[in-house]
Amino acid sequence: MSGKEYRLASAARGGLLFMRGVPGVALGDRVVVRDHGGGRRNGQVIRTSDEVVLIQVLEGTDNLDLERTWVRFLDQPFEIPLSPDILGRVFTGLGQPRDERPPLFSPLKRNVNGAPVNPAARAYPREFIQTGISSVDGLNSLVRGQKLPIFSGSGLPHNRLAAQIVRQARLPGDDSQFAVVFAAMGVSFSDASFFRETFSDSGVLRNVVMFLNLADEPSIERLILPRAALTVAEYLAFDLDLHVLVVMTDMTHYAEALREVATAKGDVPARKGYPGYLYSDLAEIYERAGRIRERHGSITMVPVVSMPSDDITHPIPDLTGYITEGQLVLSRTLNNEGVYPPVDIPPSLSRLMKDGIGKEHTREDHGRLAGQLYASYARALEVRNLASIIGADELSETDQNYLAFAGAFEQRFVGQGEDEDRSVIETLNLAWDLLALLPPEALTRVNEADLAKYHRWQGATTEAP
Amino acid sequence: MGKVVEVNGPLVTIELAGVPTGEQVRIGTLNLMGEVIARHGEHALVQMYEPTESLRPGEPVVALGHPLSVELGPGLLGGIFDGVQRPLLEHARQHGDYVPRGVHIPPLDRNKLWHFEPHPGLDSGTRIEDGAVLGTVQETPTIAHRILVPPGMGGELLDIISAGDVTVDTVVAHVKNRHGEIQELKLFHRWPVRSPRPYRQRDDAVAPLLTGQRILDTFFPLVKGGRAAVPGPFGAGKTIVQQQIARWADADIVIYVGCGERGNELVDILESFPKLTDPNTGRSLMERTLLVANTSNMPVVAREASIYVGATLAEYYRDQGYDVVMVADSTSRWAEALREVAGRLGQMPVEEGYPAYLASRLAAFYERAGRVTTLSGDSGSITLIGAVSPPGGDFSEPVTSHTKEIVKTFWALSKELADARHYPAVDWVESFSGYVASCSGWWAEHVDPRWEAHRATALGILSQADELARIVNLVGPEALSPQQRWALQGVALFKEGVLQQSALDPVDSYCSPQKQFALLDQMLAIYQRGLKMLDQGVPVQELLRLPLLAQAQRLKGSYGNDQLDGLREFATQAESEFNRVSDEYAQHGKASTT
Ligand SMILES: Nc1ncnc2c1ncn2[C@@H]1O[C@H](COP(=O)(O)OP(=O)(O)OP(=O)(O)O)[C@@H](O)[C@H]1O
Ligand SMILES: [Mg+2]
Repeated sequence: MSGKEYRLASAARGGLLFMRGVPGVALGDRVVVRDHGGGRRNGQVIRTSDEVVLIQVLEGTDNLDLERTWVRFLDQPFEIPLSPDILGRVFTGLGQPRDERPPLFSPLKRNVNGAPVNPAARAYPREFIQTGISSVDGLNSLVRGQKLPIFSGSGLPHNRLAAQIVRQARLPGDDSQFAVVFAAMGVSFSDASFFRETFSDSGVLRNVVMFLNLADEPSIERLILPRAALTVAEYLAFDLDLHVLVVMTDMTHYAEALREVATAKGDVPARKGYPGYLYSDLAEIYERAGRIRERHGSITMVPVVSMPSDDITHPIPDLTGYITEGQLVLSRTLNNEGVYPPVDIPPSLSRLMKDGIGKEHTREDHGRLAGQLYASYARALEVRNLASIIGADELSETDQNYLAFAGAFEQRFVGQGEDEDRSVIETLNLAWDLLALLPPEALTRVNEADLAKYHRWQGATTEAP
Repeated sequence: MGKVVEVNGPLVTIELAGVPTGEQVRIGTLNLMGEVIARHGEHALVQMYEPTESLRPGEPVVALGHPLSVELGPGLLGGIFDGVQRPLLEHARQHGDYVPRGVHIPPLDRNKLWHFEPHPGLDSGTRIEDGAVLGTVQETPTIAHRILVPPGMGGELLDIISAGDVTVDTVVAHVKNRHGEIQELKLFHRWPVRSPRPYRQRDDAVAPLLTGQRILDTFFPLVKGGRAAVPGPFGAGKTIVQQQIARWADADIVIYVGCGERGNELVDILESFPKLTDPNTGRSLMERTLLVANTSNMPVVAREASIYVGATLAEYYRDQGYDVVMVADSTSRWAEALREVAGRLGQMPVEEGYPAYLASRLAAFYERAGRVTTLSGDSGSITLIGAVSPPGGDFSEPVTSHTKEIVKTFWALSKELADARHYPAVDWVESFSGYVASCSGWWAEHVDPRWEAHRATALGILSQADELARIVNLVGPEALSPQQRWALQGVALFKEGVLQQSALDPVDSYCSPQKQFALLDQMLAIYQRGLKMLDQGVPVQELLRLPLLAQAQRLKGSYGNDQLDGLREFATQAESEFNRVSDEYAQHGKASTT
């Protein structure tokens, strides 16, 4: 069947092509669509019966003349060739070269959809990654094999933060670098170049595999792109034993492409027009991060999710948060105040932190200290709110201390230079320096031993200016 | 044999004469597993438990002649099964890191030998009823697995083997049933997951399910045989609450159903439970635990089944006379699986895409909880605890609101508390428990008769927190009366000293009922003493300065469950500290009047 071309298209709309009377076509198979101008488009079978075959055309169905559209069924799923030569290459969303070099040839090809990892084969991630960024290392630590997204908004420096993580991430006391898989969906040309320069400047370019689909390129390709990228990541991690860092930006463009196709198919929408299966679909992508028992490599994932209208309850960030192992949330307010990276601490979280820190990995007080900073900052924000109502002068002495703490914490702990690479011990010491602004009575999340060892209460601060 | 007509994601239309709904089918050359869910004329609709990629119209279909069933017998505990009870450890051993398609390994190991002890007094000719105990095998060092006569198989015992080592597949007895047919009984039998297993009668729940979590046991208790839900936005702590219950609850058996959630959370249990000891038996926790795992990246239809697989396994151990706890994380993912199939079937959505039968399916699921007298006259229970993951954290959405109507204990998790790292982030205003009265007897008898009153007083103080905070935010703390300022301190004492409890703190992760009450009592004593001193005229600032207030809030982590002496010592010290202030003030007051 793979040689034959069919001219049996009966309808085309919203990226979907309906074929009549092609029997025995397998679900998920790849097709090549030739249009009247001789152009070729790629497609995939998403529903099949002897009467009707439904094809999702990845370059879209605009300008298809049904009478002069030919479809060839390749009798194979979407696959990507894999070999060690893939490092340093740049591909389109469908895995075709876009670096002016010949296509990769290899006898090893894998289906981009992958297969679900057997949960019993996984290994629990517990190796602390030092990013040199205090708000991450101190409060929301990343570990090898974790999926930790950045929730952001338009105009916020998520790409700079992701790039800084790529540049600085390593295990403490270990200089080996990560291999990077970079998956760009619907990003601008300048954002793509920014990442390219980052990789090139930090000398990792030869260890990077890039998949690019720019803002003006066909959106449906974005449905394949992260899957192709993760197939490569799995190969690097579990066949070649590399530690892989996957940066995916922007998952919101991915989800929008999914909605586009779902709407065309007439799927029942759940929220904001997104199909009910958005959760499962995103999970198929995110759950490909992790560690596997008896394999040396790992896949650590940092997806960027921009929150439409800065709304964290929007289905895309919301469902992402329900799948990933925490999130770093960026704050427009901090950004406007010039704090970089503007990580909004209260809603940020790393769920895998608990096993990656402490005596064996960082320092014994780390977990309690992080809890204390969260609690104190939450209280400090309440005080700041109160001060805005009754005026700072009316505050009690303790509350004055909290107010001072809030400012210092944001400016000195959260804020840092884009090239500043702090060791985790520096970060923890800095945290105790800031807690010196608060009396020991205010610190109920740390224990007596921590207080004795690290806390240097400065006494009542002088009146706030 | 029939054939595939259409493939539409996880839904396959087949042509197969006479196949009833509910029947299991194997589809295609890959032998993929599915279940018939509807019939349209000569066509049947099948929901598939495995990915359907590469399936073609025209491929063969065979019916298996039975509905989705599980194998019930020794060898379940300590295991991890997928949503249709495939043994995942064995899969990993035989097929590597990824879940393969079309592979069917029996859930129970056919080669393992078990030492079977027949029940005393059974002889050929004895009448044995459904559910009667035929014998026992020691499944784990703490769990004696009772081999039951499967419901419907009772009759006249023809023969039974004597004590000895057998496999699950060995025939251990023959029974002539009421229709005169001779049946073979083995160590295991099959049961269809969508049919609740029978019992003799339902009983009232009487004993609390103790979880070692203060906000649960002391404030919003659950009973053995009860139904509870844990709703909350992402990251609020639903999974940790359920894992804590799986760790520490005083149950015999724990069934943990990971339904559409993260793979790493199951690995966490698989790696940590074998090393943890059950505070009640001193044995490894894994010996009483069984995992059912359909993670979020596994096929969505098997997710729908996983809940029923879990409930049937729970009923099987209940029928052996055990107290079983089943946690399901998350029932929302199960509901979404329902929605997905309903949507593809073109059923009319009623709210947010969910089909009209959502509420009744949820109710039927929670109905499988309860304390019962088993067919053999024992007492057993199933406690069901479901996590709910409302989109955007909005509790008015269909799954949360229907669940709220069904359960009797509702642990509402709040984003505000979680953001301030106040865990467990159980909101004491939104949460409720309908079991307080049933539990107070137990607490009075085993811990302290003042439990119910203390609990109510503490909740009363906590409930003022919002109101006081509002006043402070309007007019500043100075506008509060000394009593109100002290009440705010009381709120802090209860919040930090009792409610906040870190699952990660080795000392505080599990809190015995005695320590729970001691802490509650201590905070209340401080609060009430302070009130008295305010009445004496001691200025509130004097009290707020006392370092013992912060120490009291750290007590939970300073003294373990076996160090209650330390708590008592602290109480004495606090008492004398208060006396000192009070004396000082009395003298000072006297001095200034002379
Ligand atoms: N009792 C607790 N003690 C300490 N930390 C906790 C506790 N409860 C929750 N946490 C922290 O909060 C994080 C999130 O909790 P959890 O994974 O249970 O959330 P969840 O409600 O299940 O989220 P999701 O819906 O996304 O699965 C944990 O990783 C842990 O860091
Ligand atoms: Mg969870």
